[in-house]
Order: sequence, then structure tokens, then C-alpha cells
Amino acid sequence: MRTARAQSILWGVVGVLGVAALWELYKAVAPDEGVTVGSITVLPRTTDIAMPHIWDMVTRLFDPVTRAADADVLWWAVLQAAAFSLGIAALGWVLGVISGMLLALLMQRWLTAESAVLPWVVLSQTVPLIAIAPLVKRWGTNIHVGSFQWENWMSVAVIASYLAFFPVAVSALRGLKSPPQADTDLFHAYAAGWWTTLIRLRLPASVPYLMPALKLAAANAVVGTVVAEVSIGLGGGIGRMIIEFAATASGDPAKTWAPIFGAVLIGLLSAGLVALLGRGLGRFRRGEVPA
Amino acid sequence: MSATRAAVTIQGVDKVFRTRKGGEVHALSDVSLEVAAGEFVSLIGPSGCGKSTLMRLVADLDPATGGEITVFGKTVEQARKDQDYGIAFQQAGLLPWRTVRANIELPLEIHGVDARARKERSDELLALIGLEDFADHHPDQLSGGMKQRVAIARSMAERPRLLLMDEPFGALDEMTREHMQNELVALCQETGAAVIFVTHSIPEAVFLSDRVVVMSPRPGRITDIIDLSFSSRDEDLREDAAFYKGVTAVRSALHGGADASPGPRGVENR
Ligand SMILES: Nc1ncnc2c1ncn2[C@@H]1O[C@H](COP(=O)(O)OP(=O)(O)OP(=O)(O)O)[C@@H](O)[C@H]1O
Ligand SMILES: [Mg+2]
Repeated sequence: MRTARAQSILWGVVGVLGVAALWELYKAVAPDEGVTVGSITVLPRTTDIAMPHIWDMVTRLFDPVTRAADADVLWWAVLQAAAFSLGIAALGWVLGVISGMLLALLMQRWLTAESAVLPWVVLSQTVPLIAIAPLVKRWGTNIHVGSFQWENWMSVAVIASYLAFFPVAVSALRGLKSPPQADTDLFHAYAAGWWTTLIRLRLPASVPYLMPALKLAAANAVVGTVVAEVSIGLGGGIGRMIIEFAATASGDPAKTWAPIFGAVLIGLLSAGLVALLGRGLGRFRRGEVPA
Repeated sequence: MSATRAAVTIQGVDKVFRTRKGGEVHALSDVSLEVAAGEFVSLIGPSGCGKSTLMRLVADLDPATGGEITVFGKTVEQARKDQDYGIAFQQAGLLPWRTVRANIELPLEIHGVDARARKERSDELLALIGLEDFADHHPDQLSGGMKQRVAIARSMAERPRLLLMDEPFGALDEMTREHMQNELVALCQETGAAVIFVTHSIPEAVFLSDRVVVMSPRPGRITDIIDLSFSSRDEDLREDAAFYKGVTAVRSALHGGADASPGPRGVENR
């Protein structure tokens, strides 16, 4: 067990180093202007602006963000932005998981609900994020309840949940329907109602289906948050930071990569958090094929 | 036999399945049978003759198309709601996320029995099936025979007066099977429950049953009922002449459903 864990960590490190090595190797070998066929670039440029050295990216993290006297050191600014985005993504994930579960329960309970709702669930994912962002923002600002004020970060969380609910709804429905007839017959023989059957049979049986969906939902929530920050125009997170730093790319190419590291960090953290949750549900995952 | 003493009465029951393409399958036709309290009755017959269907009707898992079934004088629905029967299927059907003990306690838990009483009962049953040491194991850590024993213990958890068992030993090897049969006999003697037992094995039916009900397919119906009044059921019975006589009787009833030529149809044991 322990050696297997150590081995998988080792391979993870090897993988990261491998990518870094490939990056530097390509940069060293390929021509500066990349490879073009006619006017189409088929292999990217390798200039320091397009592909800064790995060590430049890393050392850049320990310099201040700007030349201003009171500027934070770059890694700290990235970390703060990452924490901000992770918070919103987490909220979006929770909202998405709740609404996905509720939809799945609805569809499991009533067959007509399944045929009425499932097509819309699938269709919802074909609407591009860029299109719904302004809509969510506009609807949100129309909400006035007492002193409640719709904020931009709420729009971002809603959009993140919009991407997160889909895998949960689809997989939870499959999981809730997964118990074989022998099991549902048994519960019927026990004169157990829908609720008892749900709690003692369907929900536990759906955990193996839910785990990958929760991971996917986490990844979706992160991507949704970063993209929605850009399209809503919410500052403070990684999304805006990527755009802002990209504007300085020609003068400070290594800096562009800092928020991307931040985004990767959020992705890893969220996946780790879901994996942690999965360990708590270990006993419901017997017989699950390890992913 | 008075109606109150019967565990199950089945009168003129029909079952027709309507298939999705509009076809009809006549699974049971005019089936009548009475099972006395404490009696062990086996259903035997070729595949597709409606044994499982009949058991599912008694368990109120499917509705009958015609006729009447009562369980301890009640409708099947009432009997199910009153938990008058325990049930075990061919597949053990244990919940993989529950330990052996928790699987046995499942019906008790669903019916709100408190934790102490549950533990008491599961301790009893674990001892009965000889799996005390496996109480905290999960089903994936058990052999097929052990799982089946757990399923049987679960069906007995609420001390039902009626047990419905659909080929519970179907997936077991001959050795384990005979062992389980001995255990089932012992369990039934202890609890005094009536049993409806579906099987494909003639020796199994003969060894376990007070009466063997022989069925034939298309449409499913009862062709013969063979009485076996053995004085005792133990390992010796398997070598006994009376046992072989019973096996022969059931076999000829099974094969000679239409032509009654080979001797008096199984009535010699009556
Ligand atoms: N849900 C169903 N829908 C349609 N037909 C069914 C259904 N269940 C059973 N049947 C049909 O009813 C007949 C009796 O089936 P049943 O399962 O009771 O047979 P069986 O005696 O238990 O057979 P086996 O020994 O193979 O288990 C079969 O012809 C089968 O095709
Ligand atoms: Mg059957």
C-alpha cells in the first residue's frame, strides 16, 4: 500500500520533470521562428517571449509584481488570486453538486421527469459560457431582496455551478438507478418506502458513480470560475490576472506564466479535496474499479 | 385443513405477462395449493414453468392476473406490509457496503428495531450459520456459500412464520449444498417456519420437503404433488431406501407428466 503510494508520487514528479525537460529540449532544438508550412505555423516559436526558460518563470515568481515600491512579491499575489478563485469555485462546486443531485433525484423518482428534464440537462451544456455570462449578470442585478445586493462574484459562482452540475446530474441518475432488481425487490418485500430505499440502497449504491463525477465537477467549476471571471469582469482572481499579465507579455514574458501556475495549483487542490472526500466514503466504494 | 392454520392458500391463480411487443406469456394457469403452517413445500419443474413467478406472487412482488392468494388469512399485500414472510433469492443479494452483521440486521433496521435488540438477534443468527468470526467482514471477503448463508440468516432475521426461497443453493457446489441443506433443516426445525422452496434438484427437494410440488410449463401448472413423510431428516436419510423411493417418485412425476404409464404416479408415499 505504502510503496504503491510512494511510487505514484514518484511517477507524478517524474511526469512534471519530463514536461519541463521536453519544454527546454524543444526550445533548444527547434528554430526560433518555429516551423511553418506556407504561411501556417505548425510548430510554435521558441523565442524567449513565446517560450521563456523554465528557470526564468520560477525566478520571476520571487520578484515583485511591478516596479512600484509597494508591490507584492509575485508568488504571493498569485497565491492570493488563486485562493480567491478557489473560494468561488468551491462555492460553485457545492451549488452544482446540490442542484445536480436534486435533478437526479427528481428524474429517478418520476420517469416523466426524466424524459422531460434530461434533454434540457444535456442541451444546457451546449450553450457556450461566453453567452450565458452576461445573462447571469443581468438577471442577478435584477434581484433586490431587502438590503441584498447581487455581486459579480455571485454571477461567477453561478456560472461555475452551471458547468459543475452536469456530470453530477448524469452520473447520480445512473448511480441511483444502478441497484439490480433483486435489491429493489428485497426492499419492496421489506415494505420500505421510497425514502428508506433511497437512503439505504440507492444513495449508497450511487457513490461509486458519483466519485468520478465529483472530480469532473471540480475541474469544471475551476475552469468555469476562471473563464467567467474574465467574461464577467471580476477582478481579484486568477482569470483576470491571466488577462492582465498577458498584456505585459512582450516586456515580461515569464510573468505571464505565473497565474497559469496558479490555475494549475487550484486544479490540483480541488482534485485533492475531492479525493479526500472520497476516502471518507471508502466503504461505499467496495468493488469499484480504481480509476 | 382449516383456513386459519394454513400459512399460504393459493386458489385458481392465473398469471399472464404482457410483453412489450403486445404478446402474452401465460406463466401460470389455474394453480391451487395450500401450505400448512410449519410445512416445507418444494416447487420443482423444468425451466420456465412458473416457479419463480408463483413465489413472487405470494411475496406480492408481482400481482396475480386471476385467482386468490392469502398468507396467514390476509391478502398478500397486507402480509408483506406485516412482514409475515422472509425471502431469499438465487443470488445472495447482499449489500456490498454493509458488513455481514449489518446485512443480517438490514430488515430489522428498516423496521426500526433498536440497536441492542438488533445486535442480540444478529449474534444469534451468526452463531446459527456459523459465521461469528466473519461478523465484521464485507461480502466481497466471503465465499459463495458463506454469502448464501448470510442471505438466509437475513431472511430469518424477523423470525417470519413463512420463508420464501428461490433456488437459494443454485450457485453452490454439491458439497456446500448438502451442508447448507442440513443447516436449513436444522433452522426450520428450530423456528417452525413454513417454507416454499424453489429448486431444480430432485434430491434436494426430496431431502428437504414434506411435500414436493411438480410443475410443467406452457402454461405453468401443477401436475403432481408428492407427499414424503420421513420420520427424521439427517445425513442417514440420504442413504435411506425411502429417500431413493422419493427421488424416483419425483423423477417419474417430472418426466411422465403426460403419460402416466410408469407406475402409480408418485402416490406410493402418500
Ligand atoms: N417479467 C416478465 N415478463 C414477461 N414474461 C415473464 C416475466 N417473468 C417471467 N416471465 C415468463 O413466465 C414464465 C415463467 O417464468 P419463471 O421465471 O416463473 O420460470 P421458472 O420456473 O422460475 O424458471 P427457472 O427454473 O428457469 O427459474 C417464463 O415463460 C417466462 O418467460
Ligand atoms: Mg426461477
